[in-house]
Amino acid sequence: MTIKETLKPNKAFEIAIVVLMILFAVFFLIPLYLMIVNAFKPLSEIRGGNMLALPIKASFDHWKTAWATAQIGVQATGLRPYFFNSIKMVIPSVLISTVMGSFSGFVLAKWRFKGDELLFGLILFGCFIPFQIVLIPTAKVLGILNLAGSTTGLILVHSVYGLGFTTLFFRNAYKTIPSEMVQAAQIDGSDFMGIFTRIILPLSAPVFVVSIIWQTTNIWNDFLFGASFGDATSQPMTVALNNLVSSSTGVKEYNVHFAGALLAAIPTLTIYFVSGRYFVRGLTSGSVKG
Amino acid sequence: MRVKTKRRLRKDDLVARSVLLPTVLLTMIFVYGFIAFTIYISFTNSKILPTFGWVGLQNYIKLFKLNHWHTALKNMAIFATLYIGISTILGLLLAIMIDLNKFSERVFRPVYLYPMAISFIVTGTAWKWFLDPGIGIEQIMHAWGFASFHFDWIKNSDFAIYTIVIAAVWQVSGYIMVIFLAGLRAIPHETIESAVVDGASVFTLYRKIIIPQLSASFLSVFVILGHMAIKSYDLVVALTSGGPGRATELPSTFMYSYTFTRNQMGVGAASAVFMLIVFGIIIIPYLKHQIKEDIS
Repeated sequence: MTIKETLKPNKAFEIAIVVLMILFAVFFLIPLYLMIVNAFKPLSEIRGGNMLALPIKASFDHWKTAWATAQIGVQATGLRPYFFNSIKMVIPSVLISTVMGSFSGFVLAKWRFKGDELLFGLILFGCFIPFQIVLIPTAKVLGILNLAGSTTGLILVHSVYGLGFTTLFFRNAYKTIPSEMVQAAQIDGSDFMGIFTRIILPLSAPVFVVSIIWQTTNIWNDFLFGASFGDATSQPMTVALNNLVSSSTGVKEYNVHFAGALLAAIPTLTIYFVSGRYFVRGLTSGSVKG
Repeated sequence: MRVKTKRRLRKDDLVARSVLLPTVLLTMIFVYGFIAFTIYISFTNSKILPTFGWVGLQNYIKLFKLNHWHTALKNMAIFATLYIGISTILGLLLAIMIDLNKFSERVFRPVYLYPMAISFIVTGTAWKWFLDPGIGIEQIMHAWGFASFHFDWIKNSDFAIYTIVIAAVWQVSGYIMVIFLAGLRAIPHETIESAVVDGASVFTLYRKIIIPQLSASFLSVFVILGHMAIKSYDLVVALTSGGPGRATELPSTFMYSYTFTRNQMGVGAASAVFMLIVFGIIIIPYLKHQIKEDIS
């Protein structure tokens, strides 16, 4: 039974709502639409005309420029090397934080010990903090470890600060597995790893998907850590895009900016449209409880 | 046999603790150790690099005398109020509409929510040029025949902060919608039904019966938006870089520039500590409440 079935709204009311929803949909789609159409336009069409109009002379040239030849910082490399920096950074950090999160989530869900609630609270607090509070020591420690400006350093930072979220996801998922199943396995003689691999893991596919999607989206979209701890050899896509768009020298190539922005958005947008259901689950767990 | 099982269970306990240990250690060092380090730095005369010359509260006194910091705080207040207020109302409205239109959920929910999946730098780029009076919305209105239409907020230091609000609300409203939607679906329909039988109109029904039952969702929403407001950084960098002048400077951008470009790390650390305190006031009671509820 839903609110709608109880209310039985009349036709006019329903139509009014659909119209309003369409108007909002337009508002939400405008920035995306704007990026797409203008990424294909020559500069003259953007400057002289209507940004909302479809391109008259569409071309892929600006995409190629954004990808391979645009000036990023001091070098005309395009966004390509930074795209791969992001990939090299995202894959290991997503895997590390997810695997560690599944272990710690399992322990926090199924093992009782003194102070476990407090410990969970402390871990959880860590994933929401404003990261400005850790920037100075992180920079210092990465320097000491000789990881300043390296992809490895960024992997370390993203893995560690992702642990709070992944632990939360796995703990909440494993809480729903009946403790009797774990106890029965213990009585049958399974040890910790046996229970984890034979009982818990087979039930974990959805939460792994949630964790991987959430971490990939978050780490791919990160700017603060990338800007603080990356250098020209390791900066991720978001930092390079910001350099491209906010560089104050020369003619502003809006079409190249939009193509570049879309290149930065395509990986996470694709994940979102393919598996939005899991992204939504991540979001609602992020509010601690849905 | 029993003794053997017991010994094994004790071994399992040990394994469980050691499996949890890396996460605990990393959290203790990288979160709590680092927070302690930044707090310590805020009491030192650190300039370009962290140093350990104790200066007491000097950085905090200096911080609160800086006009620059006052601007950042004032902007934060304006931004947070509007961001939280508008996103809450918009998110609730979207959730109510989606809830009333079962069929359209598959179409509209992804459209309202997709901004959450992309980087603030990307959306900042889109909004930056869309709001730019030289090529964006002003030109579009002129092309449509509204020759006198004028919209230069992003270049105007009195109004630039509102353009940050527009882009930030646009990005987060879908998320708020998802939370309210979950809340709406959890309301027991008996309460609604009896009000319908009593002949309440749709608006009274929402105002008096349904929305008051969403208090848990409202709490989540305020905490989420509150902490996101404090952390807002990328969007400002992409949209205005804190300008024009200092018109869109926030504590987050202030912290970054004092720490890393103006070489006043002590003051930067003090501003970060201030951010953490505001954040803690919002989130600690909430986390406590949630975990308690979760256990019971």
